[in-house]
Amino acid sequence: MTDLPVGVKRRQFDGVSRLATRGAPVYGEPTDGEWRVWDAGRSKLGATVEAGLDTGLVGGDRVLYLGAASGTTVSHVADFAGPTYAVEFAPRPARDLVEVAERRPRLFPLLKDARRPETYAHIVESDLDAVIQDVATRDQAEVALRNQRFLARDGRLILAIKARSEDVTAAPGDVFEDVLDSLREGYEVLETVRLDPTHDSHLAVVARPR
Amino acid sequence: MTDGAARFGWFESVPPDGLEGARDVIENESTELPEDWPTRAVESDFAADESDYYNKLHSATTATMRAAVREAGRADDRQLTHSVRAIDDAERVANEVAERAVEWGESLFEDLPAGLTGARAMADREPTSSAEERAISLARRAAGLADEADALRAHVERTAPSVAPNLAEMAGPVLAARLIALAGGLESLAKKPSGTVQVIGAEDALFAHLAGRAPSPKHGVIYTHEAVRGTRLEDRGSAARALAGKLSIAARVDHYAGDLRPSIHEDLRDRVVSIRARADDEAAGESAEGGE
Repeated sequence: MTDLPVGVKRRQFDGVSRLATRGAPVYGEPTDGEWRVWDAGRSKLGATVEAGLDTGLVGGDRVLYLGAASGTTVSHVADFAGPTYAVEFAPRPARDLVEVAERRPRLFPLLKDARRPETYAHIVESDLDAVIQDVATRDQAEVALRNQRFLARDGRLILAIKARSEDVTAAPGDVFEDVLDSLREGYEVLETVRLDPTHDSHLAVVARPR
Repeated sequence: MTDGAARFGWFESVPPDGLEGARDVIENESTELPEDWPTRAVESDFAADESDYYNKLHSATTATMRAAVREAGRADDRQLTHSVRAIDDAERVANEVAERAVEWGESLFEDLPAGLTGARAMADREPTSSAEERAISLARRAAGLADEADALRAHVERTAPSVAPNLAEMAGPVLAARLIALAGGLESLAKKPSGTVQVIGAEDALFAHLAGRAPSPKHGVIYTHEAVRGTRLEDRGSAARALAGKLSIAARVDHYAGDLRPSIHEDLRDRVVSIRARADDEAAGESAEGGE
């Protein structure tokens, strides 16, 4: 089992050991003092950490989060990481994301299209420790490749591939292979794990720039 | 690579005190490659130190997103409603005027193709009499109005996905806009039961009929969807019911959450596949049971 990032702990909630971070509650999750549950069922990154993958996150990291949606997962990331840039394209979830960001002074929300990194390269700094990607579009590998410009040489890409966003009719296994192949154009894939059954047809990937 | 080119940081044209204009820079500027912006900002005296920089970045980005979100809330379904109604009006009037122009044109020139095609053919002519001048001018108005309808349609196709991403994905942008317009907004569409959504489809044709520009409706708007139209007659009711159900879920996700949910689209596809499989089952059943 790899070490959890500093700022993430396993704690007992109702007799069950669950991941938790310290920060203001966001979505009605159970809390214990200043700790709040990081629900692996609602967060693919949470499930990835729970599955024991070495994400390379240590705590205090500089992070670019692509596909922040309403901020559920990114709120936990901001709890244990350092400066965190959260990119989300849809205005509706951004309404919630901005609330989450208001209460986290090192979380910077951006209403941008993750497929067009040049539209936020003047804001997001270079040499980041991690790019975390959870976007529900086709061409997820392409998004990861385009955003490689933000990663430090020894940085990590932590990716949740959603098979059904690429092709709903193909078998997830085939889709994952295709995406991983494309990803290898710019990354070395270090580890992968299926997130079923908590997240159907999702593959968690940790990779580093080549 | 653009490594040699100067890279532009968002803070470079923003005053450090009030951060005026930060929103414009954050939303509209761009640069190819990132930089160590915190260090650059401190070096250029935008911020006293890294922590000060991040505080400024935080106020600028949250204020920008807050403002953008507020505007997106206004841009919204009412704009879409106006646009889709304008499409209908522009198309209807374009056809009416084209018909009149072509009828007139046929008395002045040789035979013309009917409707808008004829009007466009007339529009290219040079008039040689004052009557021709008027008829051709009228034809040009019809063609122009048809172009406007096309432009409106393109506008709806571009904007509907940001107002209602799931509805636009499922129904197509124009049908999505039509459903929103007929329901009186995305919120009221989201609050309607799926049985009503299925009927909303029929209202458009009904009102058209009452206005005297369409035959009486046998089917409504959602019947134009491939899920229904592509299903055999006996099973169309099931397909329409399934579609209406998923459309109302899509409308609710769009109104209350707003993110694109691939799973509901996949659910609809599965459902349609199983409804259409009934035809195959029956065919297979009959041949297997032979004489029954």
